[in-house]
Amino acid sequence: MEFYRSHVLVCTGTGCASSGAPQIIEQLKKELKDKGLEKEIKIVETGCFGFCETGPIMVVYPEGTFYCRVKPDDVKEIVEEHFIKGRVVKRILYSGNTDEVKVQEFEDIDFFKYQERIALTNSGQINPEDIEEYIGNDGYFALGKVLHEMTPLEVIEEVKNAGLRGRGGAGFPTGLKWQFAYNSQGDQKYVVCNADEGDPGAFMDRSVLEGDPHSVLEAMAIAGYAIGANQGYVYCRAEYPIAIERLNIAIKQARERGLLGKNIFGKGFDFDIEIRLGAGAFVCGEETALLASIEGKRGEPRPRPPFPAVEGLWKKPTIINNVETLANVRHIILKGAEWFASIGTENSKGTKVFALAGKINNTGLIEVPMGTTLRTIIYGIGGGIPDGKAFKAAQLGGPSGACIPAEHLDLELDYDKLKSIGAMMGSGGMIILDEDNCMVDVARFFLEFTQDESCGKCPPCRIGTKRMLEILTKITEGRGEPEDIENLETLASTIQNTALCALGQTAPNPVLSTLRYFRDEYEAHINEKRCPAGVCKSLLSFVIDADKCRGCGLCARHCPADAISGKVKEPFVIDQDKCTKCGTCMEKCKFGAISKK
Amino acid sequence: MSCQCQGKTGEKESKCEIIDRVVDKYQGQEGSMIPVLHEVQQAIGYLPEDVQAYVAEKMGVPLSEVYGVVSFYALFTTEPIGKYKISICLGTACYVKGSGRILEEFEKKLGIKVGETTEDGLFTLEACRCLGACGLAPVLVVNENVHGRLKITDVPEIIEKYRAMSREEAS
Ligand SMILES: Cc1cc2nc3c(=O)[nH]c(=O)nc-3n(C[C@H](O)[C@H](O)[C@H](O)COP(=O)(O)O)c2cc1C
Ligand code: FES
Repeated sequence: MEFYRSHVLVCTGTGCASSGAPQIIEQLKKELKDKGLEKEIKIVETGCFGFCETGPIMVVYPEGTFYCRVKPDDVKEIVEEHFIKGRVVKRILYSGNTDEVKVQEFEDIDFFKYQERIALTNSGQINPEDIEEYIGNDGYFALGKVLHEMTPLEVIEEVKNAGLRGRGGAGFPTGLKWQFAYNSQGDQKYVVCNADEGDPGAFMDRSVLEGDPHSVLEAMAIAGYAIGANQGYVYCRAEYPIAIERLNIAIKQARERGLLGKNIFGKGFDFDIEIRLGAGAFVCGEETALLASIEGKRGEPRPRPPFPAVEGLWKKPTIINNVETLANVRHIILKGAEWFASIGTENSKGTKVFALAGKINNTGLIEVPMGTTLRTIIYGIGGGIPDGKAFKAAQLGGPSGACIPAEHLDLELDYDKLKSIGAMMGSGGMIILDEDNCMVDVARFFLEFTQDESCGKCPPCRIGTKRMLEILTKITEGRGEPEDIENLETLASTIQNTALCALGQTAPNPVLSTLRYFRDEYEAHINEKRCPAGVCKSLLSFVIDADKCRGCGLCARHCPADAISGKVKEPFVIDQDKCTKCGTCMEKCKFGAISKK
Repeated sequence: MSCQCQGKTGEKESKCEIIDRVVDKYQGQEGSMIPVLHEVQQAIGYLPEDVQAYVAEKMGVPLSEVYGVVSFYALFTTEPIGKYKISICLGTACYVKGSGRILEEFEKKLGIKVGETTEDGLFTLEACRCLGACGLAPVLVVNENVHGRLKITDVPEIIEKYRAMSREEAS
């Protein structure tokens, strides 16, 4: 085996790839070759580190030096200074949100300090396209262990005792689900991995597939052994080309090494996996719709029972598990249920991955023990809200979820506590909203989403969400009436109680939670025809403060609607009838003379 | 019914040949409708009625079933799309960071509405929901290239970049 004195890890996840990682790798290869260092320093193209905000990311081992926002031009300096002279290039070290302290090692960075990585253990640490690196990190040891030492029932018992619950949204106990499928009679059973990840704002499944695809394949094989299935499907959304490519490579490599296919580990267990692609329908993340889609049909949900564990794919017993759920499995098998159950809270064990995005300094993927508070996530890991703005809410759980206000910043996040305040864990997409976001507009945004994605099969969802969207649109356009709030509430409870699948049943959640915590914003829109956050265009007007205006005319020159006029050196005015409220003038004004009301 | 697509002479592979090849590849595989349509769309560019009819015939299913699937999934299109498909993410993370305004700017600069294609067949403008690159919001993807941390002022640059790319290919 070759021996390298240093390893350079370069993230090639979607985030870093789009901010320039491929060019950096190219440059790095060239520089190392020019300096004759190819045999001493190894480039490892990894999956996502999670800290997408600072991408493209490069980590140099053994030191653990963390370089961020690396540009192709920096590469030469890194090679000459760091690799040849052993001097860290301070300029591109992580500096946090202040410019003073530059942090050298990535364990010291706040973003990583509060995290505990189980599902994301390998993401950003290994080359996902090389099965050897996965095996080198105990990969496929768990599969070997269950095949050699455990009966299917023991595997199920272990997962049950660990207290693992589904990370795809519903939080159903995974071991119990496996038990049901185990108990179902059938000559053929299936294991399906739900990699549809439709919740906008969530990207952990993508990162796991891109950074550590084998952990999902291995868990599927373990699940197959536990329930008695020999065929698995990964249902992945077509919008994730890199994830699909890496999955394909991983499946091929696992087959070549006999870790998938016939007679795995010589134990007479057969298991193989195929990939099926989605085609852009959110509802296909719902398990019964997903199965219809794999069968090649329109992805419409059907009523349960029968549950898929009894009657699933092609009417055979089937378990459906989320990517992140599966990524935990091998660790439970290797380290034991007791270890896993020691992390987290009473009824929510282990960790949860959250995708932090929106109005937050450190966007990216984080994995924290269940029970971590929102405050730790937002201010400890996330580095707070940019530009000194005030935190308004955390949107958790996507279109089925809720907006959590500041009064609950100290809530310990787990399945039950979230439920108690009318929110839900969902898939873990966490979008931070600040004072500039209008909560009525956010509610309208989600209703537009569900209305768009409603498959149309059941009337409460098809028609009910449309009525709710119409009312919300009316309110944001300044045509709201006092009875609208009550109508929204009535519609919401009807839809919750009568829709066919969880898409419809949970669609009113964003409205209900904003009504609960931000009712005053609704009232301001309806009664005062005012949008407190200054978002809803119809309720806004841009005005020039005559005292501050120097009459430079910059605003008038940039106004796309020709709505601003005036004489040079005298205050300009905006013609409210012509104004399209694009906000360009306010951005352009150098004297802060334009404001919106 | 036999093939109606009248493959133009000079094309490498007529539409019917493409469909024959793809359907044969999935022969005997259960639930292959969606992968077949993905591949046919990739090769032909879109799924007009004659293509759907021939897929139905080849697969031995009613046209209504093919149409049912094509019309259900957002990624299948029955209209030709431009050489570069610009999809602007209107997912939550991007929306709260102003991707709606970026979309408006593209509409303005390209002179088309979302869902339309420019007359020269170069650009199709679309909105999509979350590309899983929320850390870089606002985000858009042109064919398979992701562009992140967008500002309104990036819009003309992106358009020009792909125009230039197309010109280069042509020469
Ligand atoms: C409308 C809708 C969309 C869903 N989308 C997803 C998804 O994208 N990914 C996912 O894993 N689960 C999704 N779910 C949840 C699945 O139905 C199912 O509960 C989950 O895949 C089970 O796996 P788990 O127990 O490992 O979480 C969705 C549910 C609904 C109702
Ligand atoms: S919301 Fe735009 S990439 Fe996720």
